[in-house]
Amino acid sequence: MRDVSIFGIGQTEVGEHWDKSLRHLAGEAVLAAMRDAGIDRADALYVGNMLSGELNGQEHLGALIADFVGLRGVEAVKVEAACGSGAAAVRMGYLAVASGLLDVVIVVGVEKMTDQKNDVTTAGLAMAADAEYEVINGISFVSLNALLMQRYMHEYGVRHEDFAGFPINAHKNAATNPYAMFRKPISLETFKRARMVAAPINLMDSSPVADGAAAVVLAPSDMARRFRSAPVRIIGSANATDALAVHDRQDPLFLSAAALSAQKAYHQARITPADVDFFELHDAFSITAALSLEAAGFAERGRGVYLAKDGEITLEGRIPICTLGGLKARGHPVGATGVYQIVEATLQLRHLAGPNQVKNARIGMTQNIGGSGATVITHILAAEG
Amino acid sequence: MKPIRDVGIIGYGAYIPRYRLPASEIVRVWKGGDGDTPILEKAVPGPDEDAATIAIEAARNALSRAGIPPQKIGAVWVGSESHPYAVKPTSTIVAEAIGATPETQAGDWEFACKAGTEAMQAAFGFVASGMAAYALIVGADTAQGRPGDELEYTASAGGAAYIIGLREESLAYLEGSYSYVTDTPDFFRRPGQEYPTHGSRFTGDPAYFRHVLSAARGLMEQLGAKPSDYRMAVFHQPNVKFPERAAKTLGFTDEQIRTGLLANVIGNTYAGSSLLGLTAMLDVAEPGDRLLLVSFGSGAGSDAMSFVVTDKIAERRDRAPCTQDYIRRRKVIDYGLYVRYRGKLKMH
Repeated sequence: MRDVSIFGIGQTEVGEHWDKSLRHLAGEAVLAAMRDAGIDRADALYVGNMLSGELNGQEHLGALIADFVGLRGVEAVKVEAACGSGAAAVRMGYLAVASGLLDVVIVVGVEKMTDQKNDVTTAGLAMAADAEYEVINGISFVSLNALLMQRYMHEYGVRHEDFAGFPINAHKNAATNPYAMFRKPISLETFKRARMVAAPINLMDSSPVADGAAAVVLAPSDMARRFRSAPVRIIGSANATDALAVHDRQDPLFLSAAALSAQKAYHQARITPADVDFFELHDAFSITAALSLEAAGFAERGRGVYLAKDGEITLEGRIPICTLGGLKARGHPVGATGVYQIVEATLQLRHLAGPNQVKNARIGMTQNIGGSGATVITHILAAEG
Repeated sequence: MKPIRDVGIIGYGAYIPRYRLPASEIVRVWKGGDGDTPILEKAVPGPDEDAATIAIEAARNALSRAGIPPQKIGAVWVGSESHPYAVKPTSTIVAEAIGATPETQAGDWEFACKAGTEAMQAAFGFVASGMAAYALIVGADTAQGRPGDELEYTASAGGAAYIIGLREESLAYLEGSYSYVTDTPDFFRRPGQEYPTHGSRFTGDPAYFRHVLSAARGLMEQLGAKPSDYRMAVFHQPNVKFPERAAKTLGFTDEQIRTGLLANVIGNTYAGSSLLGLTAMLDVAEPGDRLLLVSFGSGAGSDAMSFVVTDKIAERRDRAPCTQDYIRRRKVIDYGLYVRYRGKLKMH
């Protein structure tokens, strides 16, 4: 198996892109990544996307986007794993390059969500849950996570405002990220006064529906070095799954797929959580951030929320998370999110994160979650040189 | 745009139904009594009122102010998105009721909330070309919002009528007008559907603000005018927030838009919205005042018009009830009565 490195990244601003279509967003990110890598061709294009069929009336994204960016003829395919689609696509690219079958692979995550009415988008997102056993009971994706948050608060005696640190940290970091959707800090007051979405989840607990695309270019590490002086190496990559429905899980408050994929990635990278300098986690809701920190080994069960409360997740903290805004404030264009996380981690490891730079960052971890935790993809990246 | 011959407003009239539904009633029924509301209350038509009766009331007031014989009106144009008939004009009902028939042109206009100003612009051209001595235009609606939807807070009823003639006889003459139109599907209703569909946040920046701001800027640029040249201005008012933000962005003060901003107490009267703002401004305007009107219709487009008030305003103003008289004439109803008046109960 060959070592694999990232030597090109590209992203579009996350937001409500009413004047850009799915293919234009994807094209913008891919072309930016190709420029960054200094390449004009590739062996394959993998597209991470969840809802193009449902929201844009368009499937068959592999060929569509490959043709649009001038790569007609290459191997191209869409990869879908709900909100985990982006990182799942990166994982496919990683496998292809590591295996020796392909050399240069472009992975793009793209989602165009704001062309539809809210109820259509909400129904689309619910498809990440179990249609026959969860959705049929009228559950939406937010209400499913609200159940988890309610349970967490009950089990561990946590107050709702204890979660405030997650969105406050995310917004603070997004304020200086030119690609972020919400570039303004929020206060504890804003959090407490936010409109209720599905109790106890309020608007500030929730990441926004958004449009966006992000792309990375992968190659064998020795080849990547010929294009770029300091590529970023993927030292761990793992995908793990769990039951689709929350009620089928042994313990709903433990994201076992997140734990499993993190363990596999740590093992491959030969590191422990203590070696991780920052963690781009999947804060779709503030409860998800707490559960991820626990599953990935950064906090004991029921203690994840206190990392936010005690400031350990800030850029200067013990384990910085959402360093460029996270899902909450950079925005959550679902199928693109996993690739945004890897683009942002690459910026950190290239030491090009500007005011958001985590000092002396050498090892970064990203974790992209599909559904309420049924597919979890973890990547561990390391700076080279 | 400016016609070759100078034209203006000869008479104007407002009409607002007497019933009011407080937004707190909608919050009580749909949100368990807890929630923000975009306005205080909205005007609700009585069980015997529709866009035609509202148009007639407003037209009669306009005719009283104009002081001309109705037979001299060469066009009766009614803009609305709630015409009582799918096939059969509202305008013929209005023309007959005010005595303008049979030697007149008549037609109904539709462009969401700017159907009235669309008709007004056409009337300027119709009169300026000499095809008619006078033209009557009306913007009137009994707007419907799906129960429980955000639109239900604001979708209201009311209308305004204007008689257009040559500048010499006008109480306010037209300096120029400007239209800005694109195909932007922010809000629509298909045939047979009872309630419209709207694009939530999409109705803001790419729809309302893009068109309103572009039309206002386009007109002022054409006229070499600036916000401070206007004593008062009205921007289409689907709520209070949108026109306030548009005014601020353009550089108008709160004081300049206060008189015409009625949405908080009557709601969004759709085709009547910006035109009622103009009647409210004319009710208090002084000769020489410059007034700006910017409408917005979903779909989407804006008409901007600039008027200068003449000394004829003083003698004509008091010939009919003013806009605030109708706003003061109010009877609060609860959600139950509102449901009955608006025909929301299925009887068979």
